[in-house]
Amino acid sequence: MTTIVPASDHSLLVRFGDRISLDTHGRVRSFMRWFRAPGVRNLHPAYASVLISFDPLRTTHGELAARAREAAGDAPAPAARLVEIPVCYGGELGPDLADVARLNRLTPERVVEIHSSVEYLVYFLGFSPGFPYLGGLPASIATPRLAAPRTLVPAGSVAIGGNQAGVYPVASPGGWRIIGRTPLELFRADREPPALLEMGDRVRFVERVP
Amino acid sequence: MIRVESPGLLTTVQDLGRPGYAHLGVSASGAADALALRVGNRLVGNSENAAALEMTLTGGAFSFDSDAVVALTGSDFGGERWRPFTVRAGEILRLGPTRNGARCYLSVRGGIDVPLVLGSASTHVLTGLGGRPLKRGDWIAIGVAPGRAPLWRGVEWNRERLAPLRVTPGPQADWFGRELDGLVYEVKEESNRMGLRLRGPKLAQSRELLTEGVSLGAIQCPPEGEPVILFVEHQTTGGYPKIANVISADLWRVGQLRPRDEVQFETVPFERALALLREQEAWIGALA
Repeated sequence: MTTIVPASDHSLLVRFGDRISLDTHGRVRSFMRWFRAPGVRNLHPAYASVLISFDPLRTTHGELAARAREAAGDAPAPAARLVEIPVCYGGELGPDLADVARLNRLTPERVVEIHSSVEYLVYFLGFSPGFPYLGGLPASIATPRLAAPRTLVPAGSVAIGGNQAGVYPVASPGGWRIIGRTPLELFRADREPPALLEMGDRVRFVERVP
Repeated sequence: MIRVESPGLLTTVQDLGRPGYAHLGVSASGAADALALRVGNRLVGNSENAAALEMTLTGGAFSFDSDAVVALTGSDFGGERWRPFTVRAGEILRLGPTRNGARCYLSVRGGIDVPLVLGSASTHVLTGLGGRPLKRGDWIAIGVAPGRAPLWRGVEWNRERLAPLRVTPGPQADWFGRELDGLVYEVKEESNRMGLRLRGPKLAQSRELLTEGVSLGAIQCPPEGEPVILFVEHQTTGGYPKIANVISADLWRVGQLRPRDEVQFETVPFERALALLREQEAWIGALA
Protein backbone atom coordinates (compact mmCIF):
# COMPACT_ATOMS: atom_id res chain seq x y z
CA MET A 1 0.00 0.00 0.00
CA THR A 2 1.51 3.30 -1.07
CA THR A 3 1.16 6.24 1.29
CA ILE A 4 2.14 9.77 0.34
CA VAL A 5 2.70 12.50 2.94
CA PRO A 6 4.27 15.96 2.84
CA ALA A 7 7.66 15.98 4.59
CA SER A 8 8.11 19.75 4.33
CA ASP A 9 6.87 22.64 2.18
CA HIS A 10 9.41 21.52 -0.43
CA SER A 11 9.28 17.73 -0.17
CA LEU A 12 6.92 14.78 -0.36
CA LEU A 13 7.52 11.31 1.07
CA VAL A 14 6.24 8.35 -0.96
CA ARG A 15 6.20 5.16 1.13
CA PHE A 16 5.77 1.69 -0.32
CA GLY A 17 5.93 -0.16 2.99
CA ASP A 18 7.56 0.00 6.40
CA ARG A 19 10.12 -2.78 6.24
CA ILE A 20 13.06 -3.97 4.20
CA SER A 21 11.98 -6.48 1.58
CA LEU A 22 12.72 -7.39 -2.00
CA ASP A 23 9.15 -6.46 -2.86
CA THR A 24 9.40 -2.87 -1.60
CA HIS A 25 12.88 -2.60 -3.09
CA GLY A 26 11.41 -3.54 -6.47
CA ARG A 27 8.76 -0.85 -6.09
CA VAL A 28 11.38 1.76 -5.18
CA ARG A 29 13.44 0.81 -8.24
CA SER A 30 10.38 0.88 -10.43
CA PHE A 31 9.47 4.34 -9.10
CA MET A 32 12.96 5.66 -9.77
CA ARG A 33 12.70 4.38 -13.31
CA TRP A 34 9.26 5.74 -14.15
CA PHE A 35 8.70 8.86 -12.07
CA ARG A 36 9.21 12.13 -13.93
CA ALA A 37 7.76 15.54 -13.10
CA PRO A 38 8.65 19.19 -13.65
CA GLY A 39 9.94 21.17 -10.67
CA VAL A 40 11.68 18.19 -9.03
CA ARG A 41 15.08 18.97 -7.52
CA ASN A 42 16.07 15.64 -6.05
CA LEU A 43 14.88 12.10 -5.49
CA HIS A 44 16.05 10.37 -2.29
CA PRO A 45 15.37 6.62 -2.58
CA ALA A 46 15.66 4.44 0.53
CA TYR A 47 14.65 0.90 1.56
CA ALA A 48 10.90 1.33 1.24
CA SER A 49 10.37 4.97 0.27
CA VAL A 50 11.37 7.81 -2.02
CA LEU A 51 11.53 11.41 -0.84
CA ILE A 52 10.78 13.88 -3.63
CA SER A 53 12.38 17.27 -3.07
CA PHE A 54 10.91 20.02 -5.25
CA ASP A 55 10.71 23.71 -6.02
CA PRO A 56 7.46 24.85 -4.36
CA LEU A 57 7.23 27.78 -6.79
CA ARG A 58 7.00 25.38 -9.73
CA THR A 59 4.89 22.49 -8.48
CA THR A 60 2.77 21.34 -5.53
CA HIS A 61 2.39 18.40 -3.17
CA GLY A 62 -0.89 17.55 -4.93
CA GLU A 63 0.53 17.59 -8.44
CA LEU A 64 3.50 15.42 -7.43
CA ALA A 65 1.33 13.01 -5.46
CA ALA A 66 -0.81 12.49 -8.55
CA ARG A 67 2.27 11.88 -10.69
CA ALA A 68 3.69 9.53 -8.05
CA ARG A 69 0.55 7.37 -8.15
CA GLU A 70 0.86 7.13 -11.93
CA ALA A 71 4.53 6.21 -11.76
CA ALA A 72 3.98 2.52 -11.28
CA GLY A 73 5.29 0.40 -14.10
CA ASP A 74 7.13 -2.79 -14.66
CA ALA A 75 9.85 -3.22 -12.11
CA PRO A 76 13.21 -3.27 -13.83
CA ALA A 77 14.70 -6.74 -14.08
CA PRO A 78 17.10 -7.54 -11.28
CA ALA A 79 20.51 -6.25 -12.25
CA ALA A 80 22.81 -8.94 -13.56
CA ARG A 81 25.81 -6.98 -12.41
CA LEU A 82 27.97 -8.45 -9.66
CA VAL A 83 30.66 -6.14 -8.32
CA GLU A 84 33.58 -7.58 -6.38
CA ILE A 85 35.00 -5.37 -3.66
CA PRO A 86 38.48 -6.27 -2.43
CA VAL A 87 38.92 -5.76 1.31
CA CYS A 88 41.87 -5.75 3.69
CA TYR A 89 40.27 -6.93 6.93
CA GLY A 90 41.27 -6.12 10.49
CA GLY A 91 44.28 -4.36 11.95
CA GLU A 92 44.47 -0.59 11.56
CA LEU A 93 42.23 -0.74 8.52
CA GLY A 94 39.49 -2.61 10.38
CA PRO A 95 39.70 -1.45 14.00
CA ASP A 96 36.34 -2.94 15.02
CA LEU A 97 36.87 -6.46 13.62
CA ALA A 98 37.90 -7.81 17.02
CA ASP A 99 34.80 -6.32 18.69
CA VAL A 100 32.49 -7.69 15.99
CA ALA A 101 34.04 -11.11 16.58
CA ARG A 102 33.83 -10.86 20.38
CA LEU A 103 30.21 -9.62 20.41
CA ASN A 104 29.21 -12.51 18.14
CA ARG A 105 31.36 -15.11 19.94
CA LEU A 106 33.37 -15.81 16.81
CA THR A 107 37.02 -15.57 15.85
CA PRO A 108 38.02 -12.61 13.66
CA GLU A 109 38.96 -15.09 10.93
CA ARG A 110 35.44 -16.55 11.04
CA VAL A 111 33.87 -13.07 10.79
CA VAL A 112 35.92 -12.43 7.64
CA GLU A 113 34.90 -15.79 6.19
CA ILE A 114 31.24 -15.13 6.84
CA HIS A 115 31.36 -11.49 5.61
CA SER A 116 32.99 -12.53 2.34
CA SER A 117 30.86 -15.64 1.82
CA VAL A 118 27.60 -14.10 0.60
CA GLU A 119 26.21 -11.78 -2.06
CA TYR A 120 24.79 -8.47 -0.90
CA LEU A 121 22.14 -6.37 -2.61
CA VAL A 122 22.56 -2.59 -3.03
CA TYR A 123 19.18 -1.38 -1.76
CA PHE A 124 20.06 2.27 -2.42
CA LEU A 125 22.80 4.89 -2.21
CA GLY A 126 22.32 7.42 0.56
CA PHE A 127 23.81 9.13 3.60
CA SER A 128 26.96 10.40 1.84
CA PRO A 129 28.16 10.41 -1.80
CA GLY A 130 28.14 6.85 -3.16
CA PHE A 131 27.41 5.11 0.18
CA PRO A 132 25.70 1.76 -0.59
CA TYR A 133 23.15 0.40 1.87
CA LEU A 134 23.72 -3.33 1.52
CA GLY A 135 21.22 -6.00 2.50
CA GLY A 136 22.08 -9.64 3.02
CA LEU A 137 24.42 -9.48 5.99
CA PRO A 138 24.40 -12.90 7.71
CA ALA A 139 22.69 -12.61 11.13
CA SER A 140 25.65 -14.33 12.75
CA ILE A 141 27.82 -11.21 12.30
CA ALA A 142 25.16 -8.49 12.79
CA THR A 143 26.51 -6.03 15.38
CA PRO A 144 24.95 -2.95 16.97
CA ARG A 145 26.30 0.44 15.92
CA LEU A 146 28.84 2.21 18.11
CA ALA A 147 27.29 4.02 21.07
CA ALA A 148 29.22 7.16 20.09
CA PRO A 149 29.80 7.67 16.34
CA ARG A 150 33.35 8.39 15.17
CA THR A 151 33.89 11.95 14.03
CA LEU A 152 35.91 10.73 11.05
CA VAL A 153 35.67 7.40 9.27
CA PRO A 154 38.30 7.03 6.50
CA ALA A 155 37.24 6.63 2.88
CA GLY A 156 36.97 2.97 1.81
CA SER A 157 36.01 1.71 5.27
CA VAL A 158 33.96 -1.50 5.09
CA ALA A 159 31.44 -1.51 7.89
CA ILE A 160 28.59 -3.24 9.70
CA GLY A 161 25.70 -1.30 11.25
CA GLY A 162 23.18 -3.56 12.94
CA ASN A 163 22.00 -5.99 10.25
CA GLN A 164 23.21 -3.75 7.43
CA ALA A 165 26.52 -3.72 5.61
CA GLY A 166 28.08 -0.73 3.89
CA VAL A 167 31.20 0.95 2.61
CA TYR A 168 32.11 4.59 3.38
CA PRO A 169 33.14 6.00 -0.04
CA VAL A 170 34.32 9.35 1.33
CA ALA A 171 35.65 10.31 4.72
CA SER A 172 32.73 11.25 6.97
CA PRO A 173 31.47 10.88 10.51
CA GLY A 174 29.94 7.47 11.13
CA GLY A 175 28.70 5.07 13.77
CA TRP A 176 29.03 1.72 12.00
CA ARG A 177 31.63 -0.89 13.02
CA ILE A 178 34.64 -0.79 10.71
CA ILE A 179 36.01 -4.24 9.88
CA GLY A 180 38.25 -3.50 6.90
CA ARG A 181 39.08 -1.20 4.05
CA THR A 182 38.87 -1.34 0.26
CA PRO A 183 41.20 0.52 -2.11
CA LEU A 184 38.33 0.91 -4.61
CA GLU A 185 37.06 4.44 -5.10
CA LEU A 186 33.32 4.12 -4.70
CA PHE A 187 32.69 7.76 -5.62
CA ARG A 188 34.53 10.07 -7.99
CA ALA A 189 32.83 13.22 -9.21
CA ASP A 190 34.99 13.26 -12.38
CA ARG A 191 33.85 9.80 -13.44
CA GLU A 192 30.64 8.98 -15.31
CA PRO A 193 28.72 7.68 -13.50
CA PRO A 194 30.32 9.12 -10.34
CA ALA A 195 29.18 6.25 -8.11
CA LEU A 196 30.76 2.82 -8.60
CA LEU A 197 27.61 1.04 -7.45
CA GLU A 198 23.97 1.57 -8.26
CA MET A 199 20.70 0.51 -6.75
CA GLY A 200 20.03 -3.13 -7.57
CA ASP A 201 23.67 -4.16 -8.02
CA ARG A 202 24.94 -7.28 -6.27
CA VAL A 203 28.13 -7.07 -4.28
CA ARG A 204 30.61 -9.62 -2.99
CA PHE A 205 33.53 -8.83 -0.68
CA VAL A 206 36.82 -10.56 -1.47
CA GLU A 207 39.60 -10.77 1.12
CA ARG A 208 42.93 -9.27 0.09
CA VAL A 209 46.04 -9.60 2.14
CA PRO A 210 47.65 -6.17 2.64
CA MET B 1 41.88 37.63 -9.62
CA ILE B 2 41.28 37.72 -5.87
CA ARG B 3 44.02 36.77 -3.43
CA VAL B 4 43.01 35.33 -0.10
CA GLU B 5 45.03 37.29 2.48
CA SER B 6 43.16 35.60 5.31
CA PRO B 7 40.34 33.05 5.06
CA GLY B 8 39.13 33.65 8.63
CA LEU B 9 37.45 30.71 10.33
CA LEU B 10 35.91 29.25 7.18
CA THR B 11 35.51 30.84 3.76
CA THR B 12 34.18 28.76 0.87
CA VAL B 13 33.00 29.25 -2.69
CA GLN B 14 29.21 28.84 -2.86
CA ASP B 15 26.48 29.10 -5.45
CA LEU B 16 22.88 27.86 -5.15
CA GLY B 17 24.01 24.25 -4.91
CA ARG B 18 24.07 20.95 -6.68
CA PRO B 19 20.56 19.52 -7.11
CA GLY B 20 19.87 16.27 -8.93
CA TYR B 21 22.31 13.86 -7.26
CA ALA B 22 20.57 12.88 -4.02
CA HIS B 23 19.97 9.40 -5.45
CA LEU B 24 23.78 9.02 -5.39
CA GLY B 25 23.96 10.24 -1.79
CA VAL B 26 25.01 13.79 -2.73
CA SER B 27 23.13 16.57 -0.94
CA ALA B 28 22.67 19.89 -2.70
CA SER B 29 25.02 21.98 -0.52
CA GLY B 30 25.11 25.62 -1.74
CA ALA B 31 25.00 28.91 0.16
CA ALA B 32 23.83 28.64 3.77
CA ASP B 33 21.95 31.92 3.30
CA ALA B 34 20.79 31.57 -0.29
CA LEU B 35 18.71 34.74 -0.03
CA ALA B 36 21.80 36.86 0.75
CA LEU B 37 23.73 35.19 -2.08
CA ARG B 38 20.94 35.87 -4.58
CA VAL B 39 20.62 39.51 -3.53
CA GLY B 40 24.41 39.96 -3.66
CA ASN B 41 24.51 38.59 -7.18
CA ARG B 42 21.63 40.84 -8.22
CA LEU B 43 23.44 43.86 -6.80
CA VAL B 44 26.54 43.29 -8.94
CA GLY B 45 24.51 42.35 -12.04
CA ASN B 46 25.26 38.60 -11.94
CA SER B 47 22.80 35.80 -12.44
CA GLU B 48 21.46 34.66 -9.04
CA ASN B 49 23.34 31.37 -9.19
CA ALA B 50 26.81 32.91 -9.69
CA ALA B 51 29.42 31.74 -7.20
CA ALA B 52 30.50 34.05 -4.36
CA LEU B 53 32.56 33.78 -1.19
CA GLU B 54 30.76 32.67 1.96
CA MET B 55 32.54 33.92 5.09
CA THR B 56 31.82 32.51 8.53
CA LEU B 57 31.77 34.37 11.88
CA THR B 58 35.27 35.84 11.78
CA GLY B 59 35.33 37.15 8.19
CA GLY B 60 38.48 37.29 6.10
CA ALA B 61 40.73 39.56 4.04
CA PHE B 62 40.87 39.64 0.25
CA SER B 63 42.96 41.65 -2.19
CA PHE B 64 42.22 42.33 -5.85
CA ASP B 65 44.71 42.58 -8.72
CA SER B 66 42.32 44.70 -10.79
CA ASP B 67 39.35 46.96 -10.09
CA ALA B 68 36.25 44.95 -9.20
CA VAL B 69 32.61 45.70 -8.44
CA VAL B 70 31.58 43.79 -5.34
CA ALA B 71 28.74 43.59 -2.84
CA LEU B 72 28.49 42.42 0.77
CA THR B 73 25.25 40.77 1.85
CA GLY B 74 24.10 38.72 4.80
CA SER B 75 25.35 39.53 8.27
CA ASP B 76 27.32 42.62 9.26
CA PHE B 77 31.03 41.80 9.03
CA GLY B 78 31.92 45.50 8.65
CA GLY B 79 31.92 47.38 5.37
CA GLU B 80 28.93 48.69 3.50
CA ARG B 81 26.29 46.06 2.92
CA TRP B 82 23.40 45.65 0.48
CA ARG B 83 24.92 48.07 -2.06
CA PRO B 84 27.55 47.47 -4.75
CA PHE B 85 30.86 49.29 -4.52
CA THR B 86 34.18 49.27 -6.32
CA VAL B 87 37.37 47.79 -4.90
CA ARG B 88 40.51 49.20 -6.50
CA ALA B 89 43.42 47.10 -7.75
CA GLY B 90 45.83 46.48 -4.88
CA GLU B 91 43.25 47.30 -2.24
CA ILE B 92 42.65 44.81 0.59
CA LEU B 93 39.10 44.25 1.77
CA ARG B 94 39.24 43.30 5.47
CA LEU B 95 36.02 41.91 6.89
CA GLY B 96 34.84 40.62 10.24
CA PRO B 97 34.37 39.56 12.87
CA THR B 98 30.59 39.47 12.69
CA ARG B 99 28.45 41.99 14.53
CA ASN B 100 25.29 39.90 14.28
CA GLY B 101 24.71 36.66 12.30
CA ALA B 102 26.89 33.78 11.16
CA ARG B 103 27.62 34.47 7.49
CA CYS B 104 28.48 37.25 5.07
CA TYR B 105 28.73 36.93 1.29
CA LEU B 106 31.23 38.70 -0.92
CA SER B 107 29.77 38.76 -4.43
CA VAL B 108 31.94 39.92 -7.30
CA ARG B 109 30.73 41.20 -10.64
CA GLY B 110 31.45 38.30 -13.04
CA GLY B 111 31.20 35.72 -10.25
CA ILE B 112 33.90 33.49 -8.80
CA ASP B 113 35.20 31.29 -11.61
CA VAL B 114 36.04 27.81 -10.34
CA PRO B 115 35.55 24.48 -12.14
CA LEU B 116 32.04 23.12 -11.73
CA VAL B 117 31.69 19.71 -10.07
CA LEU B 118 28.45 17.91 -10.92
CA GLY B 119 27.14 21.20 -12.27
CA SER B 120 27.94 23.42 -9.29
CA ALA B 121 30.75 25.56 -7.90
CA SER B 122 29.61 24.88 -4.34
CA THR B 123 32.14 23.52 -1.87
CA HIS B 124 30.76 20.62 0.16
CA VAL B 125 33.08 21.09 3.11
CA LEU B 126 32.57 17.72 4.74
CA THR B 127 33.22 15.54 1.68
CA GLY B 128 35.51 17.88 -0.26
CA LEU B 129 33.16 17.69 -3.23
CA GLY B 130 33.58 20.86 -5.32
CA GLY B 131 36.79 21.95 -3.62
CA ARG B 132 38.07 22.84 -0.19
CA PRO B 133 37.85 25.81 2.17
CA LEU B 134 40.05 28.69 1.03
CA LYS B 135 43.55 29.13 2.43
CA ARG B 136 45.82 32.13 2.79
CA GLY B 137 47.59 32.73 -0.51
CA ASP B 138 44.92 31.13 -2.74
CA TRP B 139 44.25 33.01 -5.96
CA ILE B 140 40.73 32.74 -7.28
CA ALA B 141 39.61 33.87 -10.71
CA ILE B 142 36.78 36.27 -11.45
CA GLY B 143 34.47 35.36 -14.33
CA VAL B 144 33.38 37.42 -17.30
CA ALA B 145 31.31 40.47 -16.39
CA PRO B 146 27.62 40.01 -17.23
CA GLY B 147 25.69 42.29 -19.61
CA ARG B 148 23.41 43.54 -16.85
CA ALA B 149 24.58 46.65 -14.97
CA PRO B 150 25.08 46.67 -11.20
CA LEU B 151 22.15 47.84 -9.08
CA TRP B 152 23.89 50.95 -7.78
CA ARG B 153 20.99 52.18 -5.65
CA GLY B 154 21.30 49.14 -3.35
CA VAL B 155 18.46 47.41 -1.54
CA GLU B 156 16.74 47.96 1.77
CA TRP B 157 17.16 44.96 4.05
CA ASN B 158 14.82 44.77 7.02
CA ARG B 159 14.28 41.07 7.56
CA GLU B 160 14.52 39.81 11.14
CA ARG B 161 17.28 37.27 11.71
CA LEU B 162 16.20 35.96 15.11
CA ALA B 163 12.40 35.77 14.88
CA PRO B 164 10.98 32.29 15.58
CA LEU B 165 11.73 29.83 12.77
CA ARG B 166 8.52 28.93 11.04
CA VAL B 167 8.06 25.18 10.56
CA THR B 168 5.58 22.71 9.11
CA PRO B 169 4.97 19.32 10.76
CA GLY B 170 7.52 16.63 9.89
CA PRO B 171 6.65 13.13 8.67
CA GLN B 172 6.91 11.71 12.20
CA ALA B 173 5.39 14.71 14.02
CA ASP B 174 2.75 12.49 15.62
CA TRP B 175 5.40 10.23 17.20
CA PHE B 176 6.21 12.93 19.72
CA GLY B 177 4.05 13.63 22.69
CA ARG B 178 4.67 17.37 22.53
CA GLU B 179 4.95 20.28 20.13
CA LEU B 180 7.97 22.33 19.24
CA ASP B 181 6.08 25.60 19.61
CA GLY B 182 6.91 27.38 22.84
CA LEU B 183 10.13 25.46 23.51
CA VAL B 184 13.35 27.46 23.74
CA TYR B 185 16.64 26.16 22.38
CA GLU B 186 20.18 27.42 21.97
CA VAL B 187 22.52 26.68 19.05
CA LYS B 188 25.43 24.48 20.15
CA GLU B 189 29.06 25.22 19.25
CA GLU B 190 29.40 21.98 17.29
CA SER B 191 27.03 23.20 14.57
CA ASN B 192 28.10 23.53 10.95
CA ARG B 193 26.82 23.49 7.37
CA MET B 194 25.75 19.87 7.83
CA GLY B 195 23.51 20.49 10.80
CA LEU B 196 22.70 22.78 13.69
CA ARG B 197 22.67 21.00 17.03
CA LEU B 198 20.32 22.49 19.59
CA ARG B 199 20.55 22.55 23.37
CA GLY B 200 17.29 22.51 25.26
CA PRO B 201 14.21 20.40 26.02
CA LYS B 202 14.61 16.78 24.93
CA LEU B 203 12.15 15.35 22.44
CA ALA B 204 12.64 11.67 23.15
CA GLN B 205 10.54 8.88 21.72
CA SER B 206 11.30 5.21 21.45
CA ARG B 207 10.08 4.02 18.05
CA GLU B 208 12.50 2.73 15.40
CA LEU B 209 12.40 4.41 12.01
CA LEU B 210 13.44 2.64 8.83
CA THR B 211 16.06 4.81 7.08
CA GLU B 212 14.35 7.23 4.68
CA GLY B 213 15.10 10.37 2.67
CA VAL B 214 15.55 13.61 4.61
CA SER B 215 14.80 17.20 3.58
CA LEU B 216 16.79 20.37 3.91
CA GLY B 217 15.68 22.03 7.14
CA ALA B 218 14.34 18.84 8.71
CA ILE B 219 14.36 18.87 12.52
CA GLN B 220 15.35 15.38 13.54
CA CYS B 221 15.50 13.97 17.04
CA PRO B 222 18.16 11.35 17.81
CA PRO B 223 17.52 9.00 20.74
CA GLU B 224 19.23 11.30 23.24
CA GLY B 225 16.46 13.78 22.41
CA GLU B 226 18.09 17.12 21.60
CA PRO B 227 16.98 18.13 18.10
CA VAL B 228 19.22 18.78 15.09
CA ILE B 229 18.29 21.00 12.13
CA LEU B 230 19.62 19.30 9.01
CA PHE B 231 21.27 21.90 6.84
CA VAL B 232 22.77 22.38 3.36
CA GLU B 233 25.36 19.60 3.67
CA HIS B 234 22.89 17.19 5.29
CA GLN B 235 23.03 13.47 4.71
CA THR B 236 20.52 12.46 2.02
CA THR B 237 18.91 9.69 4.08
CA GLY B 238 18.66 9.04 7.79
CA GLY B 239 17.01 6.94 10.44
CA TYR B 240 15.97 9.50 13.06
CA PRO B 241 12.37 10.71 13.26
CA LYS B 242 11.62 14.27 12.14
CA ILE B 243 9.27 16.34 14.22
CA ALA B 244 9.13 19.35 11.90
CA ASN B 245 10.78 21.08 8.95
CA VAL B 246 11.82 24.71 8.60
CA ILE B 247 9.80 26.41 5.85
CA SER B 248 11.60 27.39 2.63
CA ALA B 249 11.19 31.12 3.31
CA ASP B 250 13.07 30.81 6.62
CA LEU B 251 15.99 28.61 5.55
CA TRP B 252 18.18 31.70 5.13
CA ARG B 253 17.70 32.43 8.83
CA VAL B 254 19.07 29.01 9.76
CA GLY B 255 22.20 29.97 7.80
CA GLN B 256 22.57 33.09 9.92
CA LEU B 257 22.27 31.39 13.31
CA ARG B 258 25.38 31.56 15.46
CA PRO B 259 26.45 29.33 18.33
CA ARG B 260 24.57 30.38 21.49
CA ASP B 261 21.80 32.13 19.53
CA GLU B 262 18.37 31.40 20.95
CA VAL B 263 16.02 29.44 18.69
CA GLN B 264 12.25 29.12 18.90
CA PHE B 265 9.75 27.62 16.52
CA GLU B 266 6.31 28.50 15.23
CA THR B 267 4.25 25.91 13.37
CA VAL B 268 2.41 27.27 10.35
CA PRO B 269 0.10 25.59 7.80
CA PHE B 270 1.58 24.61 4.42
CA GLU B 271 -0.49 27.32 2.68
CA ARG B 272 1.09 29.96 4.92
CA ALA B 273 4.58 28.59 4.21
CA LEU B 274 3.96 28.91 0.49
CA ALA B 275 2.50 32.41 0.84
CA LEU B 276 5.60 33.52 2.78
CA LEU B 277 7.86 32.08 0.10
CA ARG B 278 5.91 33.83 -2.66
CA GLU B 279 6.17 37.13 -0.77
CA GLN B 280 9.94 36.67 -0.50
CA GLU B 281 10.24 35.81 -4.19
CA ALA B 282 8.16 38.84 -5.16
CA TRP B 283 10.49 41.03 -3.11
CA ILE B 284 13.63 39.65 -4.71
CA GLY B 285 12.02 39.71 -8.15
CA ALA B 286 11.28 43.43 -7.74
CA LEU B 287 14.95 44.26 -7.15
CA ALA B 288 15.98 44.02 -10.79
